[in-house]
Amino acid sequence: MANVPEDLHYSKDHEWVRADGNVATIGITDYAQNSLGDVVYVEVPKVGDEFATNESFGSVESVKAVSEVFTPVAGEVTEINEELNDTPEKVNSDPYGDGWMIKIRMTNPGEVDSLLTAAEYEDFTKAERE
Amino acid sequence: MLNAIGLNTPDDLFASIPVDLQLRYHLKTPAALSELELLARFNEMARRNAGAERTSFLGGGAYSHYGPTIVDHIISRSEFFTAYTPYQPEISQGTLQAIFEFQTLVCQLTGMEVANASMYDGSTALAEAVLMAERVTRRSKVIAASSVHPQYLEVVRTYVQHAGIEMQLADFDKESGQIDNNLSDRIDEKTAAIVVQSPNFFGCIEDLAALSALAHSRGALLIVGITEAISLGLLKSPGACDTDIVVAEGQSLGVPLSFGGPYVGLFAVREKHARQMPGRLVGEAYDKQGRRGFVLTLATREQHIRREKATSNICTNEGLIALAATVYMETMGRQGLQEVAKQCAQKAAYAARCIQELPGFSIRFKGPRFNEFVVRGPANASQLLRKLAQEKRIDAGIALSRFYPNCENDFLVCVTEVNTRDQIDALVNGLSNA
Repeated sequence: MANVPEDLHYSKDHEWVRADGNVATIGITDYAQNSLGDVVYVEVPKVGDEFATNESFGSVESVKAVSEVFTPVAGEVTEINEELNDTPEKVNSDPYGDGWMIKIRMTNPGEVDSLLTAAEYEDFTKAERE
Repeated sequence: MLNAIGLNTPDDLFASIPVDLQLRYHLKTPAALSELELLARFNEMARRNAGAERTSFLGGGAYSHYGPTIVDHIISRSEFFTAYTPYQPEISQGTLQAIFEFQTLVCQLTGMEVANASMYDGSTALAEAVLMAERVTRRSKVIAASSVHPQYLEVVRTYVQHAGIEMQLADFDKESGQIDNNLSDRIDEKTAAIVVQSPNFFGCIEDLAALSALAHSRGALLIVGITEAISLGLLKSPGACDTDIVVAEGQSLGVPLSFGGPYVGLFAVREKHARQMPGRLVGEAYDKQGRRGFVLTLATREQHIRREKATSNICTNEGLIALAATVYMETMGRQGLQEVAKQCAQKAAYAARCIQELPGFSIRFKGPRFNEFVVRGPANASQLLRKLAQEKRIDAGIALSRFYPNCENDFLVCVTEVNTRDQIDALVNGLSNA
């Protein structure tokens, strides 16, 4: 059973969002990393780039496939996880912690409320599996 | 057979072509020839190719060098000759090994860390390098030296004009022939790369170490293009000068001149930028029993996987010509390549010295050079060159007026190891009497 922390917001593209004031930290879920397999490369944008809701901000490459990753909320990138350059496997080992990808200053912090809750995301992945 | 596929007449096969576009008469082709007659006809046609018989000092992106006979022998083997770029790669271990050796040699030649399986030619490789610099830096302006081969610049312009990249040209210094010192003012936070050719179109060697330091100080890359790959046998490698992307035309490496192609593009980068590199890449791998094998690697950059997000729409390579370059480099070896390069440089120096002693002639640029140089003559260069070709059977060079305005009296001379001292003396004589 995939780990789905209660305090996060989720997208149907399998990203999670941790909201702290107007800053959103974004990564991919445990379910997503598990489906992708061993992650070998993470491509992230640069600080200052701006993204609309659900825009592709980078990609995750595993031994199986390359997948786009999308911004569940709109805003400007304030920080990127440079550690992933050398240790992309952190996305597998700690998807909600060291495996975070970018931080975004949200244009509209209220936007997180439109995302899935932990319970809703669990139902969503369950339905997707079936 | 028509019955089997449900048709009545051969015409039914072409039913999808509108009637008014169908050819309704026989082509006017000559009658069939016997093999003997055909060879005689080809010989007769070949004799009419007067240019091939003239002594040549033409360079400018295509170079006459000696190619050992083993090059043709190896590339003519059916295992190589019939193969295309490996799409089902693991079954073509021989092809993959040859490409792996090619990549290794290109890295050694350029002083870089990663080289791809080759591009179409030097000019398209340069265009791909510019696109790559935009991806790496996420900046949208490049500054190219106007002393880059004008036709290469045309190709780059074609590639970037719809890619949201602005290409600006930087002047060359009228004294040295190298890129202008004022370049520094033009590089800003939007500049993705400085693009130079070295030796440049005028044969002058650029100060790559200074250019890379300048580019890096503004967060930009240095792209170096090379048309005469033999120069790498003598000059400090672009890699040793901290260049970020090196591209080259590989024709000089054992590929004969034949109406402009096929050529082969060399493309080498720093390892940290490998994921942004275009083209195919062969890697070394080991199986369960520890046996060495070869695979296509980092294929996720390519369009059959990444579609529109791919690093390039080129997902092929110039396999056979890359093989020719590989065999050439392996046959010549480090020492052989150095010797060829030395001969080119020394013979060119001899020619330049003799020519500048002629009244009315001078060497236009003071910058250091390899095997090409610009001569300023006493009169219109195109007319002078035509006269030499017709009367002395010497192709003495390329008139610069073709590419640069206000250079009516200038022409580009190239000397390689295949030019004998007698030929050079004949050139000098021809010029003095022209």
